[in-house]
Amino acid sequence: MTLHTATRAFVSTLAVGIALTLGPTSARAGETFDQVKQRGMLHCGVSEGLPGFSNPDDKGNWKGLDVEFCRAVAAAIIGDASKVRFTPLSARQRFEVLRARDIDILSRNTTWTQSRDTALGFDFVGITFYDGQGFMVRREIKVMGVKQLDGATVCLNIGSSTELNLADYFRANRLKYTPVQFERSDEAFAAYVAGRCDAYTTDISGLVAQRSKLGDADAHVILPDVISKEPLGPVVRHGDAEWTDLARWTFYAMLNAEELGITAGNVDELKAKSQNPEVRRLLGVEGQFGKNLGLSEDWAFNIVKQVGNYGEVFDRNLGPASPLKLERGLNRLWTEGGLQYAPPVR
Amino acid sequence: MIWVRKNLFSTPLNALFTVLSLTLIALMVPPALDWAVFEATWSGSNRQACAGRDGACWVFVKARFGTFMYGFYPDPERWRVDLAAIVGVALAAALIVPGTPRKGLIATAFVVVYPVLTYFLLLGGIFGLVPVETAKWGGLMLTLVVAAVGMAGSLPVGILLALGRRSSMPVVRGLCIAFIELWRGVPLITVLFMASVMLPLFLPGATDLDKLARALIGVTLFTGAYMAEVIRGGLQAVPRGQYEAAAALGLGYWSMMILIILPQALRAVVPGIVNTFIALLKDTTLVLVIGLLDLLGMIHAALADPNWLGFAAEGYVFAGVVFWVLCFGLSRLSLRIEAKVNADRRR
Repeated sequence: MTLHTATRAFVSTLAVGIALTLGPTSARAGETFDQVKQRGMLHCGVSEGLPGFSNPDDKGNWKGLDVEFCRAVAAAIIGDASKVRFTPLSARQRFEVLRARDIDILSRNTTWTQSRDTALGFDFVGITFYDGQGFMVRREIKVMGVKQLDGATVCLNIGSSTELNLADYFRANRLKYTPVQFERSDEAFAAYVAGRCDAYTTDISGLVAQRSKLGDADAHVILPDVISKEPLGPVVRHGDAEWTDLARWTFYAMLNAEELGITAGNVDELKAKSQNPEVRRLLGVEGQFGKNLGLSEDWAFNIVKQVGNYGEVFDRNLGPASPLKLERGLNRLWTEGGLQYAPPVR
Repeated sequence: MIWVRKNLFSTPLNALFTVLSLTLIALMVPPALDWAVFEATWSGSNRQACAGRDGACWVFVKARFGTFMYGFYPDPERWRVDLAAIVGVALAAALIVPGTPRKGLIATAFVVVYPVLTYFLLLGGIFGLVPVETAKWGGLMLTLVVAAVGMAGSLPVGILLALGRRSSMPVVRGLCIAFIELWRGVPLITVLFMASVMLPLFLPGATDLDKLARALIGVTLFTGAYMAEVIRGGLQAVPRGQYEAAAALGLGYWSMMILIILPQALRAVVPGIVNTFIALLKDTTLVLVIGLLDLLGMIHAALADPNWLGFAAEGYVFAGVVFWVLCFGLSRLSLRIEAKVNADRRR
């Protein structure tokens, strides 16, 4: 463990050292940015399969919220949302592959934590999805909250923070529980359905996906308590500030577009006719905001036109237009009572 | 009746086991058949077709068949994969069926021309073929590519290592032993992980080396180490007199090995070699850990499609059947080869 920590410390020291040696680079000199531009192709790491976030469809095209974020980045830089090479990654290898520069950006339902942001040597672009650990129980046992689960058996899958959150929460509330652990979440859920456990726990997004598989979905309730903060977002290597800016503003452009009511359907019309200064700035009619990022002025226009605004992407992958029918919840815009908030383009 | 009494009810213990097994079969087979065949849904194109049925939803496999077979290989180019497969099967069949004329020529085509042809056919980029990068390869096609390259590569690697391990030169012997023991002592999952993730950290230039190529090298060397031990077993089975006779004829080391020793050694270990091949074929599913989506990987990915959530059983049964067919085929093939090469000393 100490060796591991030492290696990490060494790697991050090295990274900082290199960053210091190179000194403050001029704007638009981002190494990753140049590579992507030159290649004409964005290399994006995604999950090998997570409902609503990243999965291939019947034709072999990648679909999902994480996938569409990469398409948006490609639309901004290259001007073509299809210029993305998706690399499916397991949870174990994702950081090493990013560090090894095999991918430019990791968009793989990764939880933003302090240690990942600092010691591991990465930067988080933003929070594209506010998730959190929740519980599913059978309606018939009439449990209304997690605090009533004293003495329960809980099914979960190993190797993620799920385990640690569960232990912390139950210990803090002086509750007893028996964990039943499985390698894969499908197995854990199957065990819960078969009645081996009183409750099944994973992130809310996972609970919803699992529940949609059931014929009698109404017989199961997702408890209102959320016991952890799981802010999911895309990750880039630390020390390439231009690249981080670009990825971050791609996301903000999607949020701002939704806030301003710009959709893939009306973006052409708004670009031509809108008198709203905010819309005009975002769509590159006024100002030089693309140039600030080293992009053409139609960067945000391309994002919205080819991919859509955040709300559209959410709806078709996770929300009402998808089989998952997930509530927006915390992922609503701040104007609608959620947490999604983007700084203005000004 | 007599056969039944003699074979199934000869002793009270046998009778008990017969009754138990029959009960077990009666309990398990009808529900399994019900699920897989009678109650199953075969037609349709989406999950609504399966609503309200208790049996398997084979529509899932049908809708996903393309991605299970070809991965992300673009639709209009899939004929290239088919062509490579058909040519491969045709050549192999021509070699196995007795009485085909010009077997020597066919064998040369299979070993030399075919791999080159397949390489360019699948990868494209010449003769006006659209390039298809290996990141788009997947499904059964990827499974077969990894297995075939592993098999074809591990045999020569294994032969050289086995010979090296029995060499009288201490440095060569030491290196071969070290190589074999190192690779056999490490799990394949670690080898793949090292090849895909660590290599670029150690060798900065290796980032340009294709991820699939890295995995193929890893798989080949790993299987080569196992193959070496199988072949060493064969070398030890060759009587000492054969070496001495070859030496007495004035043959040098390589002529002795190629003409006298290896033909006998390899023929003795055909079952062992095929065993390693079968293990390799199934181990290819481990490429999933480095993000290469083989048949099983594509099935996993399909199970995460919101439109197809909850058909894990169908997916795994399909994967099981495909792998069983392939492995069973290999094992029958091995029996054929064995019968053929040992025709002279059948007992």
